[in-house]
This record gives sequence, structure tokens and C-alpha cells, in this order.
Amino acid sequence: MSERPTTPIVAVALDGAGWHPAAWREEAARPEALTDGAYWVNLARRAEEGVVDLVTFEDSFGVPVDPFADPTGERTDRVRVRLDAELVAARVAPATRHVGLVPVVTTIHTEPFHVSKALATLDHTSHGRAGWQVRVSALGSDAALTGRRDVPDLTYEDYLAGRGTDYVAAQFAEAAAVVETVRALWDSWEDDAEIRDVATRRFIDADKVHTVDVETSWFSVRGPSITPRPPQGQPVVTALAHATVPYELAARTADLVFVTPHDDASAASILAEVREAEERVGRTGQPLRVVADLSVVLDTAGETGAARLARLDARASEWTTDARILTGSAADVAVVVAAWTDLGYDGVRFRPAVLPDDLDALVDDVLPELRARGLARTAYDAPTLRGLLGLPTDVPNRFAAAV
Amino acid sequence: MTKPRKQIVLGAYLGGVNHHTLWHLPESGSQIDFSSFEHTARTAERGRFDFFFLAEGLALRERGGRVFDQDIVGRPDTFTVLASLAAVTEHLGLAATINATFNEPYELARQIASLDHLSGGRAAWNVVTSFDAFTGQNFRRGGFLDRSQRYERAEETVALVRELWDSWAEDDLVIDKAAGVFARSRAGTFAHSGPQFDVSGRFGVPRSPQGHPVILQAGVSPQGRDFAAANSDAIFSPFGRFDEARAYYDDIKARAAGFGRNPDHLKILPSASFVLGATDAEAQEKAQWVREEQVTGRTAQILLEQIWNRDLSGFDPDGPLPDVEPALDAPPFIAGRALLSADRTGTIAALREKAEAHGWSLRQTVIEEFSRGDFVGTPTQVADALDDFVQRDASDGFVIGSHLVPTGLDEFVDDVVPLLQERGSLRTDYAGTTLRDNLGLPAPARVLPTVPAGV
Repeated sequence: MSERPTTPIVAVALDGAGWHPAAWREEAARPEALTDGAYWVNLARRAEEGVVDLVTFEDSFGVPVDPFADPTGERTDRVRVRLDAELVAARVAPATRHVGLVPVVTTIHTEPFHVSKALATLDHTSHGRAGWQVRVSALGSDAALTGRRDVPDLTYEDYLAGRGTDYVAAQFAEAAAVVETVRALWDSWEDDAEIRDVATRRFIDADKVHTVDVETSWFSVRGPSITPRPPQGQPVVTALAHATVPYELAARTADLVFVTPHDDASAASILAEVREAEERVGRTGQPLRVVADLSVVLDTAGETGAARLARLDARASEWTTDARILTGSAADVAVVVAAWTDLGYDGVRFRPAVLPDDLDALVDDVLPELRARGLARTAYDAPTLRGLLGLPTDVPNRFAAAV
Repeated sequence: MTKPRKQIVLGAYLGGVNHHTLWHLPESGSQIDFSSFEHTARTAERGRFDFFFLAEGLALRERGGRVFDQDIVGRPDTFTVLASLAAVTEHLGLAATINATFNEPYELARQIASLDHLSGGRAAWNVVTSFDAFTGQNFRRGGFLDRSQRYERAEETVALVRELWDSWAEDDLVIDKAAGVFARSRAGTFAHSGPQFDVSGRFGVPRSPQGHPVILQAGVSPQGRDFAAANSDAIFSPFGRFDEARAYYDDIKARAAGFGRNPDHLKILPSASFVLGATDAEAQEKAQWVREEQVTGRTAQILLEQIWNRDLSGFDPDGPLPDVEPALDAPPFIAGRALLSADRTGTIAALREKAEAHGWSLRQTVIEEFSRGDFVGTPTQVADALDDFVQRDASDGFVIGSHLVPTGLDEFVDDVVPLLQERGSLRTDYAGTTLRDNLGLPAPARVLPTVPAGV
């Protein structure tokens, strides 16, 4: 059993050349390297130098599009390439030792069986550092990529305007079923199923491997998984949420939720909403860890964050994003993190506007400042991601016979 | 002008979920720890192999409704392990067996292309099909495909995957920071309407460092041979004996030529295992020991159960073959395993004939008839035999495995590879950076997409 950490969780969200749409045009940015393994290894290692708890790898089922400014992907000044995030995380795993690796993996159009074994394998390869940011696909354009289901042709604009709520609710219900199925498949092997009993030539104890027998209106999966139980038992499940339905998905199925407070008022209300969602769905066990997203455009040696943002915006039109944007110094960041922590947040996830510039500023300036104020860990004190986050590391297997 | 010596293509695979892997030996390592895969891959790269190859798991095998526990059980996810191996290797190809039945072409194309980029152009896809309802129970796309339709499904899958790999032209990726152009507006656009798939949209992975990932297949039936000869860069051959292998080789190369391809650009690779000894006698003795360890009495019964489709545990392994008939119409007694042969009755008749002619027991019959191609002898004898097989055009190389995981390949790389290098039949250093470079294969020309104008 692990202790709740004494300092907030610190995460970094990695996306392409950075979260700002014009990031790729910055001098130090390397847009030609977005498909290179070494590019991602370097970023993850940098985050590890900063003693960050975890990095997330952004992904989407289709090409990256800006849902607010360019939903149909017509603009030619946006990054339009992206590799499969789970494989990027796998590429990074042997080159890192401590940092948690949390790829975004979409539900709905993917096979729960494949998702489960991929993440279980990432956990094996990384020796217990794997997580999953659950993404729910509701776009018509995503469905067209597999042609398997008829969906209403809804765009982000439609959703923001409140259209398609029944459909969205159905997608989230399916997503919850997917996550539950993946979790069940992770448990389908008990930890000690492999026995290598030479005398009876039994490699496994067949009584310790279980079918999951999931039947839903969207899919059924018999199981067992082909992959033995992950080292963490249950890799860390996360989700990004902005509204009631996603808060409830997180409350039902996740260990950690990323949220997007815009100001002090919404910071308080969002936290309350998450707790209400937990009550509504009847969550038991560990409370959700609530981590607030913060986009950062940081002061560098040559330029203030504000000046950098102005330059970036001039190139790409104003940056519309779901997360609060902070321009400034390490001290400015620390003030926000302290305020959120006082409100009851479990941590912060930084979205660097430009890579590598803002990741460097995070590691070189912000994280030392946070550590000095007791707002970030000073060392990796647990071998697994669950351990770092203060989640129980001895996870009971739902199929194991009661002793 | 002398023709340069034909180079032997070598692939390495990690023994897995079958009776060939001797997990009970004390030296046998983990089947799931990354360290086992890393060790084998690094050893193969040290031995200048062309690629490392990993099979696929889709369901745990069952016998009589219970998870099968005698052989290795448990596999990692293929793509994930290969992506991790990309981090600890530099030149070794990374070949994934991935079935075309329980995967969507869009996802497949994206994952293989991602692996290709993440490895600097070293990915390969071994295309297989699945057609059993047992395995299908694990998937949304479950149920089963009629066996006769599997090639149609696979053919359209491969075609669609290739269209996606071709959806970016070489000059679509512009990346002009000053002008603010990342990619041309049509980059990655695709549309495909066929009997199996009706899909459209944009593909987010640009053209591979090696043009296209390498495609491998196995194919024995006439339809399978044509499919492979038309579509693949390499074919897994089931033939280990020289005459059969040579006949297959000639046939496949001729079919490739018939499709307008350069036959040298299609590599034919049987699997092979090896047993080394300081003397020939020592090696032969060890090979026999390995076979007997692999095929215990119980294992022999179980292997025959796949053919007889019924419980054979009551038949003495040291006695004759079972005198009962196969349960042809019963549900599969052993589930989740590739069907060994479609013609149970014919197979059984052949086995009975051989057993009678040689006076073999049940167990001996299995040991003799179920062994893979073994190259047995001193390192020099094994090197000679492998080289001879290739130089005389019975194959273009081999995919090599061992009964010992993960260190079994070590002695092959230590003792046999240098001899092949001395003969000039194997590279001493990698010349290029991609798997196509290793195999001497050209990148396919881009096939222009048939997307309507104005899209």
C-alpha cells in the first residue's frame, strides 16, 4: 500500500511540436522530427530529468485537427501528422527509467482486446509505468475511417452548440463499457498464474486464468487476455473531462481526471462538480485524483512569455484552447499551482506551448521553483506509476478466489 | 565477371506458444519480460540478421474447454514489443505477424507505418488470416469468415493498407516555417469503396522511410501462392527438405515473374532450427534429446488430438497410433490453434501408413512427423548445409528459432555466423539503414490515389 504523495502530482502533456498551433514554426522546433523515435525519447528523458511523475502522449483516431479553429483540417499551416501514441510510448519505454508513460488511446472504433494487451505489454516493458488516457471518439469523420457504423455527422461545433447530446451520452456509455472490459482483461490472469511446474509439465495453473465473458449491446469479449497480468495489476486509467458526461465517465472508470479550470472561480466549481459526479455514479474505493491542465508560454532568456505568445498568435491566429494559458515566470506558475493545491487539486499537468523551449523552461526553471516551495517531488521514490501517484500498489484481482 | 555470391537472408524468431520451446529447462527464461526479446534481438543484430520476427496471439488455446497449460502460455502484444525493440536495435528489421481479420485496415496501416517511422524504416508485416469463431469471440469483428473468403478479405485489406501508405506524396510534407506551410492540403486524403470496405478520410502518417513497410506472407495452396507471389516481398515456406523446397522455390519465382516482377525481389524463407555439437555424433545425440524433450508422451497425444479432434489421453504413447476414427463433425477439441491440416482423414491415413512401415509407436510417429527442419552438426557442417541450401536455390535464407528462450540463438551467432561471413554468404556489416536495404529490395513506386478532383 502506498502513501498519498506529500507534494502535488506533476505531469507534462506532449503533443507534436507543442500545443500552440504555430509552435512548429519556432526556431528551435523540429517539425520534421515528429515521426522520429529519437525526438520522443529526448522529450521524455528531459521530463524525467525534471522528475515529472508522468508524460502523456497526445493522440486522436484521425489526423490531428484543431477542433476550434480548423475542425475540417483545411489549413495548411497546421501540423497534420501524428504517430500512434501507444507505439510512441513503447518506443520511449526502454530509454527511460522512472517517468510514467500515458498514451491517449481512443475507444469506440478500436478493439478492447487489442487495447488491453497493448497497454498490459507497455506495462511489462516499462516495468510498471504504463497508463492510459481514455479518449472517446464521436466524430463522423472518425467513423468514416473504418466504415463500420453509421453515426450522425456531428462536428465539434455541433457538440459545443449542444446538438447530439443523446448520441454523445451513448458514446460515453460505450466508452465506459470499453474501459471496464479492458480492466477485466487485465485481471483475467491472476498474478501467480504462471507456475512452471516441471513435475506436471504445467506452464500455468489453468484455474488462475479466467474468461471475462463481457456482453454488452455494442460488443462482447470472452477472454482471457493473451497477456499475463500487468506488473501494476491495473495500469493507471485517466481521462480529460470538461463537462458532466465526461466527469461521470472518469468517476466511473478512471483513477485520475485531467480538468481545465479557466480561473479561480471555475477551479473551485470544477472540483465540486467532479466530487458530485463521484457521488452520483456511486464511486467506491479511491477518490479520483484531480489534476488541472495549464498551458504554459514561459519566459525564456531572450523573451518574455507574453512576447512569445504574441508572436505565436500573430502567426497562427489566436490560440483557442480548452485549458488556461499562463505566460510568465516560474514564480508565476508556482503561485497558480499553490492556489490550486490549496483548493484541493491533486496536481497539475503542464501543456508546453512550444517544444522543446517550454519543456526546457519547465525543467530548468519551473520545476526547481516548485520543488523549493514543496510543490513537486524531489526524487522518484516509487518504482511504479501507481506508487508515484499514491494509488494502492497491491491491487486485488477480481477473479481471484477469496481466501 | 563472376556473379557475387548469393547472400543468405536471416530472420530470427523467439520460440513461443507451442511444444518446440523447452520452458522446463533451467536455462529457459521469461516469455513475457522485455529482457528476453531484447536479448534475442540484440543477438540477432550482432549476428547481422536481416530481421527479428514476432508471431501474434489472439486467444489462449483450450483443450476440452480448459485453457491449455502444457506449453508456453501468454504472449505480449506484437506491435508494442517491436516498437520497444526499435529503441535497442539500429539495423535489425522488425517483423510483425498481424492478422487481417480482427483488425481494421486503417488502424493496421497506421500502426505499421508508425512502427516503420519509429524504427527508421525497419518494419515488416506478416499478413495472416483467421477464420475461426473461437478466436472471434474476443473481438467486435468476431464471428468468422468462411475459409474460402479469407483471401478476398486479405487481398482487399492489403490493397487498402497500401493505398493508405501511398496517401502522402513525397512532396506533400512541405515544412516551410517561413511560409507557414506544413503540408499540402490534400496530403493523406483517401477514399476506398470495395466489397469489404467503404472508407474515406485522411491518413496522418507520411510516407515511410523505406517507401512501404516490407510485406511477408505464407502461402501453400495455389491461391495462397498466387496471392503471395503477387503481393509479398518475402514468403515463408513450409518446406525444409531440399527437393520439396527447390520445387516450391522454382514455382513461386516463376509465378512472380508471371506477374511482371523481378524474381530476385521476392525472398523465399523456410523456418529452421539448429542443433550444434563439437562433433557430428554429439550434435545428432543432442538433436534426438531435444526432440524427445519436445515431444513427451503427453505432448504426442495432444498433437494428435488436433487431428483426431477427440480426447486421446487413454492411448498409450508407447503403443500404436489410436485405432479410432477422427470426430470430424464435433466442435474443435483443441481450440485457438491454427488448423494443422484440413484433410483429417487423409492425414491420419498417411500417418498410419508410415507408422506401420517403420514400426513406430504413437510417440515416435509424432517425433518423426512433426519435427521442423533441423540443421544438425558441427558449426562447419551447419554453415555448409545452410549455405548450400541457399546457393542451390532451395531458399533465399531462413527464419531461425531455438528451443531455448532467450539465449538459444547465442551459439548460432557465435559459431555459425562467422563461418557464413567467411564464405562471403553473409554481410559482416549492415550497408544501409532500412529493412529494404538489408533485403536488397526496391521501394515500390507510389500508386496514385483515385480520389475525385475537388476533394
